[in-house]
Amino acid sequence: MSPKTLYDKLWDSHIVEKRDDGIALIYIDRHLLHEVTSPQAFEGMKIAGRTPWRTAANLATPDHNVPTTKSERLAGIDGIVDPLSKLQVEILDVNCKDLGIVQFGMEDVRQGIVHVVGPEQGLTQPGMTMVCGDSHTSTHGALGALAQGIGTSEVEHVLSTQCLLQKKSKNMLIQVNGQLATGVTAKDIVLHVIGVLGTAGGTGYTIEFAGEAIAALSIEGRMTVCNMAIEAGARAGLVAVDAKTVEFVKGRPLAPRGAMWDRAKDYWLTLVSDSDAVFDKVVQFDATQIEPQVTWGTSPEMVIGISGKVPTMGMMKTSSEKDSLGRALGYMGLSEGQSIKDIKLDRIFIGSCTNSRIEDLRAAAEIVKGKTVATSIKQALVVPGSGLVQQQAEKEGLAKIFVEAGFEWRQPGCSMCLAMNADKLGQGEHCASTSNRNFEGRQGFGGRTHLVSPIMAAAAAIAGHFVDIRSWK
Amino acid sequence: MQAFTSHHGIVAPFDRANVDTDLIIPKQFLKAVKKTGFGPNLFDQLRYKDEGQLGMDNSKRPVNPDFVLNQKRYTNATILLARENFGCGSSREHAAWALLDYGFRVIVAPSFADIFYNNCFKNGMLPLVLLDMEIDELFQGVESGAVVELTVNLQAQEVRLAKGKNYHFEIDPFRKKCLLLGLDDIGLTLEKQQLIRDYERKQKEICPWLFEDIIV
Repeated sequence: MSPKTLYDKLWDSHIVEKRDDGIALIYIDRHLLHEVTSPQAFEGMKIAGRTPWRTAANLATPDHNVPTTKSERLAGIDGIVDPLSKLQVEILDVNCKDLGIVQFGMEDVRQGIVHVVGPEQGLTQPGMTMVCGDSHTSTHGALGALAQGIGTSEVEHVLSTQCLLQKKSKNMLIQVNGQLATGVTAKDIVLHVIGVLGTAGGTGYTIEFAGEAIAALSIEGRMTVCNMAIEAGARAGLVAVDAKTVEFVKGRPLAPRGAMWDRAKDYWLTLVSDSDAVFDKVVQFDATQIEPQVTWGTSPEMVIGISGKVPTMGMMKTSSEKDSLGRALGYMGLSEGQSIKDIKLDRIFIGSCTNSRIEDLRAAAEIVKGKTVATSIKQALVVPGSGLVQQQAEKEGLAKIFVEAGFEWRQPGCSMCLAMNADKLGQGEHCASTSNRNFEGRQGFGGRTHLVSPIMAAAAAIAGHFVDIRSWK
Repeated sequence: MQAFTSHHGIVAPFDRANVDTDLIIPKQFLKAVKKTGFGPNLFDQLRYKDEGQLGMDNSKRPVNPDFVLNQKRYTNATILLARENFGCGSSREHAAWALLDYGFRVIVAPSFADIFYNNCFKNGMLPLVLLDMEIDELFQGVESGAVVELTVNLQAQEVRLAKGKNYHFEIDPFRKKCLLLGLDDIGLTLEKQQLIRDYERKQKEICPWLFEDIIV
């Protein structure tokens, strides 16, 4: 048998039909739903007179629109002030009830960001194919699952058939060799990778992240890396299964049990790329050279190390690059050659499907413990990824540390990552954010986002500007 | 789905690389629960000078005269000429719906982001890839006024300029067929019901845990 990559193995084991024209019908094991990209899919299915193919393969939770203040959350759906947000959450609720789809509703402690909830519940397992109408579904690839974001038409397709028509992607290997310096995290790896590849560098590929630095990451860290594969253009990111993966899944509510567990585990451990597998593209990185990263522009590829400076026109090669730089500097209110540490910050956001897991909150709390948010910071938010993360953080005393330092401790949801709820930036405000996109207007009309790791955001909250976390005391 | 065979229309040039789906349709409009009605808010942050909200009367909002779609000669454009990596970022199909609702049937660019590219086909729109050199020529032609309209023939995989110049484009044969015939992919997949059942039966023996119901 010819050697296979991990992606080849996952793809091959899910082919329902291989067609002559290069398209395959592939089977989808798990489907996650949320309120924003599903209403039109449910409606389409209803109009066509269809029903879900396998109801029990779906799991829903509202996340994008939900308010994060305690007062608004107390009354459940009825408490949502924005009537449009409320309607979407209601429609999800009604659709799930009508069709018998399991939903972690707003009052359920298991509610949270879909990509935090899936792994937390053991819904995400190695070897699965998973989809969700959200581009950050790539997150689940950290567990060796083939997980991809899809549009609403495909949400309807998966609901109705449990399958997708797809063309196989090419294989890319991102090899991160060596060890990260203290203070350099999974977020910094992936931001640095995106900076090198560009936001279209991974288009048409499934990226497998490997190498010593990736193997050394926790599963949470690997999720942060795979989460942002889409920011390099790749629909799916993957990390090979190892003992950590198996340990992570073990005992979770939806994980296999008993004899089934043993069978599953044995199979999962085969989910690695063969040593002689051939990738269409291989890119090597040296982890020891990666600094804590900060984005300065309006695309995740516009990123630089903390000791760096905003690029200058002279560094741009093409007129298109010059245009992009000019537009980004104008939008961000920055000047060429400006030091990253001199950017004045207005708000801090710790949260999102990229960095809102318990490990992220522990790391950030460690930085702010006993310190106070700078008076120049208008607001510093911590939004846990799920109700269970929130509960755990409160139990460990992390919430208290944040609140004592001057942060607002919120209820779980997507929150200021995309600002569909009330949590947003004002025009011209700069935010140190642990989220995944710094596009124009992403966190609010005219808002200026700087993507960083949780510890970099925490330190920036205290200092009022970016600091090199490697020399933090 | 609406079939797409050929299309003739005015082309509007949007000279900007890496246009993301947040820019195509900002998040506040994703609260709508229908597939239509997004056109008036397409590129909202660029078209208007203020912050748009769902349900606002757009005729009363301050317009940004510099934005290409606000220029009179492009008012009735149905073909959008764009730069590399068009449609990157979020998977929101609302981006394709907004372009379609505005009136665009064809987006011409040197490259597209994967999810957006896929979403276009599901809505009877053609994301058409040309070479960098051809795109540059088109931008020059459109901006100088030498090129106003294009004719796109999907069957022949050809873009024709008024002056008689043609560009050939590549497209996946399956996607081409679905567009030409306006096929419903879900209907097509459901014709394979037996194959799906057979796969499930076989896979259930190999990996039975994958078929445990989500019960909580």
